Amino acid sequence: MSIALDSAPSALGEALRSAGHGLLGVLRQPVLLLAWIVVVVALGWAVAPGFFTSVSPYEGDPAQSFAPPSAEHLFGTDRLGRDLFSRSIHGAGTTLSATLLAVLLALGVGTVVGLVAGAVGGVADTIIMRVVDVLLSIPSLLLAMVIVAVLGYSTDNIALAVGISSIAAFARVMRSEVIGVIRTDYVKAARGSGTRGAAVVLRHVVPNALGPVLALAALEVGSAILAVASLGFLGYGAPPPEPEWGLLVAEGRDFLATHPWISILPGIALALVVIATHRISTSFRKDHRR
Amino acid sequence: MLRYLALKVGRALFVVWAAFTVTFVLLFVLPADPVDLLFDPAELNTIPEHVREQVAASYGFDQPVIVQYLDRLGHAAVGDFGTSAQSGRDVVQAIGAVLPSSLLLAVGSLLLAIVAAFGIALAATVTRLRWLRDLLEALPTASVSVPVFMVGILLLQLFSFQLGWFPSFGDSGPLSIVLPLVALAIPVSGPIAQLLVRSFADEFGSGYVTTSWAKGATRSRIIVGDVLRNASLPALTIAGVTFGNLIAGAVITETVFARAGIGRLTQNAISTLDIPLVQGIVVFVAASFAVINLAVDLVYPLLDPRLRASIQRPVARQPRGALA
Amino acid sequence: MSITETRTERADAQEQRAPLLQLDDLVVEYRGSGRRAGHRAVDGVSLSVAPGEFVALVGESGSGKSTLVQGALGLLPAAARIERGAIAYSGVDVTRWSETRLSRIRGSYVGFIPQDPGTSLNPTKRIGRQVIEAVRFTERSRRSAAEHREAAHVALREAGLESTERLFEQFPHELSGGMKQRVLIAIALAGQPRIIIADEPTSALDVTVQRRILDHLQGLRERLGIGVLLVTHDLGVALDRADRVLVMQQGELVEQGSVDAVLRDPRHEYTRRLLEAAPASHAGRLEPVGPRLPVDGVALRADALSKRYALRGGGEVVALDGAGLELRAGTTHAIVGESGAGKSTLAAILAGFGTPDTGSVHVGGRETTQLRRGALRELRRELQFVFQNPYTSLDPRWTVERIVAEPLRAFGLVQGRAAQRARVLELLDAVALDAAHLRRTPSELSGGQRQRVAIARALALRPKVLVLDEAVSALDVSVQAQILKLLVDLQAELGLSYVFVTHDLGVVRLIADDVTVMRGGRIVESGPAEQVLEAPRDAYTRVLLDAVPGTRLASMTEARA
Repeated sequence: MSIALDSAPSALGEALRSAGHGLLGVLRQPVLLLAWIVVVVALGWAVAPGFFTSVSPYEGDPAQSFAPPSAEHLFGTDRLGRDLFSRSIHGAGTTLSATLLAVLLALGVGTVVGLVAGAVGGVADTIIMRVVDVLLSIPSLLLAMVIVAVLGYSTDNIALAVGISSIAAFARVMRSEVIGVIRTDYVKAARGSGTRGAAVVLRHVVPNALGPVLALAALEVGSAILAVASLGFLGYGAPPPEPEWGLLVAEGRDFLATHPWISILPGIALALVVIATHRISTSFRKDHRR
Repeated sequence: MLRYLALKVGRALFVVWAAFTVTFVLLFVLPADPVDLLFDPAELNTIPEHVREQVAASYGFDQPVIVQYLDRLGHAAVGDFGTSAQSGRDVVQAIGAVLPSSLLLAVGSLLLAIVAAFGIALAATVTRLRWLRDLLEALPTASVSVPVFMVGILLLQLFSFQLGWFPSFGDSGPLSIVLPLVALAIPVSGPIAQLLVRSFADEFGSGYVTTSWAKGATRSRIIVGDVLRNASLPALTIAGVTFGNLIAGAVITETVFARAGIGRLTQNAISTLDIPLVQGIVVFVAASFAVINLAVDLVYPLLDPRLRASIQRPVARQPRGALA
Repeated sequence: MSITETRTERADAQEQRAPLLQLDDLVVEYRGSGRRAGHRAVDGVSLSVAPGEFVALVGESGSGKSTLVQGALGLLPAAARIERGAIAYSGVDVTRWSETRLSRIRGSYVGFIPQDPGTSLNPTKRIGRQVIEAVRFTERSRRSAAEHREAAHVALREAGLESTERLFEQFPHELSGGMKQRVLIAIALAGQPRIIIADEPTSALDVTVQRRILDHLQGLRERLGIGVLLVTHDLGVALDRADRVLVMQQGELVEQGSVDAVLRDPRHEYTRRLLEAAPASHAGRLEPVGPRLPVDGVALRADALSKRYALRGGGEVVALDGAGLELRAGTTHAIVGESGAGKSTLAAILAGFGTPDTGSVHVGGRETTQLRRGALRELRRELQFVFQNPYTSLDPRWTVERIVAEPLRAFGLVQGRAAQRARVLELLDAVALDAAHLRRTPSELSGGQRQRVAIARALALRPKVLVLDEAVSALDVSVQAQILKLLVDLQAELGLSYVFVTHDLGVVRLIADDVTVMRGGRIVESGPAEQVLEAPRDAYTRVLLDAVPGTRLASMTEARA
């Protein structure tokens, strides 16, 4: 416990300082600022959809079907006259929570597996890395499709499938970071100071190896949104009345020639969020390199 | 050298075997009753018990798992993955039938993607305008951020419905492949371009480029003579990832454009849970992946003399170890 | 056709009077949002190099000497700009020349030898092609491919390389560092330049190789009448080789004059400090401030240590071959050798970081090579290790207090935060740091401060023996001198014994009581410092001693004494 105690004040100070520094940096870069705004708004949609719209995402007015975008219906309406803006807002919760779940699963399992492979080495390392090879040899979308098909169509299973199919990437990065850190002089010095193996791993290896892995997690958020939406688009997610971003796009496909907004506006919202997360993850990686 | 070859071939075989085993566990062992998966869920309750038993026996589900596994593995080893549960066709034949169309799409998109990626990386290195370089460097990120199905839908909307230049679906005539080709090339080019932009920048700032400047070389001579080759090599290392992107992209592109191909076959096989066909496809994809990685491992040393040396000449084994 | 003839034909009278290179009040600044934004790396420097003149530019890291060179060659990084001043070659102002125009004088008028031979050759091109390019890019009239080849061979031979036919077909990774540097010299010579700028051309090389390369540069100057601007951090090298010495500090030129003038009568205080700090300006061992704590006996003893590494695909490398040494308590035993001598392997085994195949190590009467994990941990209280690079031996995320306290906590030596704080402050005080440093992270410290922290950590367990692996090699000369002084004082005060591993014989003179010279895993000579340094018995030791730069500085010091 004393570890946390003596590092707490300085860690807090450092965090505050770097947060202040980061905020200044964000303000200086208009594109990055915009990206943060997009992500914060999307999270707002997911957490409190009622705050952004009072229109129901499920009930439509058949008289208003296929209404083009207007002040009343920002994204227009669909075949059943449902408001697509409201459906997009409510869809954020489904898509983003599945994404978050998937990334946390992959990050958690991948980090532990990579840590074991890198720190223990030997036979454990060989076995883990061969398994990772196999997972990487099946394209993650394909693997996720098979997993969902076997487990049953639902958003939760999509999250699970996307998570499982990204474990390998995290395990690989964590392993190579761990190996890199273990070879550093400061780890050797820690052993030379009499610190025992497990403590060296916890105090030196994990904190220093985690940086690039977290940067990958930020990047993976974007890819996971894409994977979740793609599976939704292909029809592996929640059944139709449920608003989910990929599904929204798929529902509009049949009316593309006549009523293009049904697919395109929710799709653009989705693409913007992914672009924004990628932009933010790039800034993380740059910070980390410095 | 022989050792290296044997090691790499061994790994490739292992990956294919493991992919077979993983799909076997996923498809044949995990589901409570795999026989259920063979029928349309809607009709499941109407099927008489003796039909179920008959079907189960014909797929060998009445045998112990290990016997099933060894039996299937034995057949798979000689290229027999059984027959499709839906169409009754031989799995290998079913894949073979749609392969040419997918191959055309994949190879075409890959070429397009490579040309685009090199174009972006070269332009970003050559230009001395900062804003242009920033813009070019942002392109790959954008191309991996937009979902493939959105790219397809936007292309359809613009070039098919608005402008009427290309047919909106199907695979009749050479024009029909243009939009799928572009739709697939955009997401595939993204990671390649990202890697190339970085590696061009790294190589352009490296020590030997300084030496070349000092030799009196001009910018174009340096880019063509020094940077291009060295910066391109790393792109080979993501050949496997690129292949995965092509497959994943093909599933969606072929669905959006209603083209026949491996992607569409995969989508249909998985959504109807055509177990033998799914297993055949997954093993086929994993095998292709393994072959591509094997080819890269064998070709890379021919292109990079440093690697060649490390294979031929023994290198001191790095003791890494156990932290204890 | 000899090179010199062409040159006389070409040069007209006007050009001959103007210096080969002249910088006038040059100011280079970093812009943009990077780490060095707004930093004035070169601040109003004026200098010149006359035909046939050998000028040395001396400065420590961060002095701006490399930026100056890049500026002179028109190779500044994108973030750096020339704010003011002029660069002229033979009186022709090239300051505002375009990239393409500058490419015509690079190689053909001004040759460049880079710092790191390891990264300065294209790894995927054969040596021949790389040298031929240097010929082709700088040719004055169109020549045939056979003539290009021939000229490339001439350049390689000119750079002191033999069997150039074979070399032509080789790749850079097949050559040693010294050979690569010669190839780079050949590339610089291939365009028949009139001035060569060399940026730390030998800092990555062993002393004996350094000596041959510098001899060669001097020879070229004499044979071909080329002007040389040598950039170096090593004042000893500068004084040995140059006609004129320039000293840079924080972007400014603080001293310039002939070697004699600088040696006899340095004007600037910084130059005096550099001279004082240079190892060669000290005749004998540094003396501690206080009295030496009397200790006797043998602190550490190693016998017949051997270590082989198996190679992938068969074969093995002998890293250590029957090496042994004896460290007298309270003294310093230096292990000297060039790269590949096995000295780091030896240090690692002595410190318990590696195990030998055969042989034994005794620390305070206990055999340590066969120890199990727990007993090995106990050994840490007797013997500590200090790493070469203070930039990698401290965890970047930890504060100084946590770093220094790590061994105390590992062995549970202090109870409570107040006691820990007190002990850490005591240790920091011993290495001349104070409470202000407690909360800093390594990135907020200078190189010298980091090494002090590393030493404080090593002292925390009150060990009797310190193994120092190249502990001052990564530091600037002036910082190096301070750390050596600190080590000598600590030794006297605490009765410490040091195993001091280094490639630098100049440093050995300052600190060692006994010296062991290693080569290829074997010990070639061992004995008291005075005997090994003044009257070496082995031929290799003599070669090594002769190669140490700073002869002029040393003789000056002797004359004064």
